[in-house]
Amino acid sequence: MGLETVFGHSYLTTRLDEAVNWGRKYSFFQYPFVTACCGMEFMSVWASTYDIARFGAEYPRFSPRQADVLFVVGTVNEKLAPVLKRVYDQMCEPKWVVSFGVCATSGGFYDNYATVQGIDKIIPVDIYIPGCPPRPEAILDALVKLQEKVARESVLDRKYK
Amino acid sequence: MNSYLLDTIKGKFPGEVLDTHAFRGDETVVIKKEALLKAAAFLRDELGFDFLMDLTAADYLPREPRYELVCHFYSSRHNYRLRLKCPVEGTDPKVASLTSLWAGANWFEREVYDMFGLMFEGHPDLRRILMYDGFEGHPLRKDYPLKKRQPRLAHRD
Repeated sequence: MGLETVFGHSYLTTRLDEAVNWGRKYSFFQYPFVTACCGMEFMSVWASTYDIARFGAEYPRFSPRQADVLFVVGTVNEKLAPVLKRVYDQMCEPKWVVSFGVCATSGGFYDNYATVQGIDKIIPVDIYIPGCPPRPEAILDALVKLQEKVARESVLDRKYK
Repeated sequence: MNSYLLDTIKGKFPGEVLDTHAFRGDETVVIKKEALLKAAAFLRDELGFDFLMDLTAADYLPREPRYELVCHFYSSRHNYRLRLKCPVEGTDPKVASLTSLWAGANWFEREVYDMFGLMFEGHPDLRRILMYDGFEGHPLRKDYPLKKRQPRLAHRD
């Protein structure tokens, strides 16, 4: 079977997408854009009981330029929207966005003059997590779903700037 | 209803106190807005109210006078509280600023201006504090449309 038979155990052949996606999905650098009470659940996912490090996504980068995944955790209002857009624009491709909790997803019960009715009005979103706030298990579930989504992508899919 | 505070204020400003009530100790005085500043100064200097706890407003559309300014005072020396309210008319609402008496009134009054559009005469820096530049109108007014939004960025879709 392929090159391995010729070169013994020194080589492993695979598809480029598989190798790149394998690396990407187990080493998310996340940017936590935390604005509200959902942040408490998000913190507990980092702590030992739930331990997001098991999925390789424990490392927060507080510069969007070094981050792969934008976690928008909590309510975003119209005043804040340009800030969120700017943070997103500063992230390098490939990048993904997780909308954390109902407020980020749809505005939640804040249907008024101030609140953006879902961050997808501002930036594209890959994964939505329902809940007010979501349980830590839901966050890990979303992370696994994001890993599956990344695994389906190809290095040719995205337009690199 | 016997209340030392209410009786004192009624005795001091007989023509200007519109109403008083006290329910389970929350003594309230409704006063004409022309007397707000001197009544507040009296509370601070004579009755020992050294702390302006809160200053806010309410919109009673379609009542006239439409707005009501609500001030909560606390005396740390005597441990008592008082609520002072004054009605403010709907057209061109103006009321005296309390910043000369309590510096802490500054941001409260900016918030009331931002949310209700009440103009505070004598305020040193009356501009919006919560809403962003370019926001039109005052969102807590009852005639502000319930779901009217003023996005700073064009929304997607």
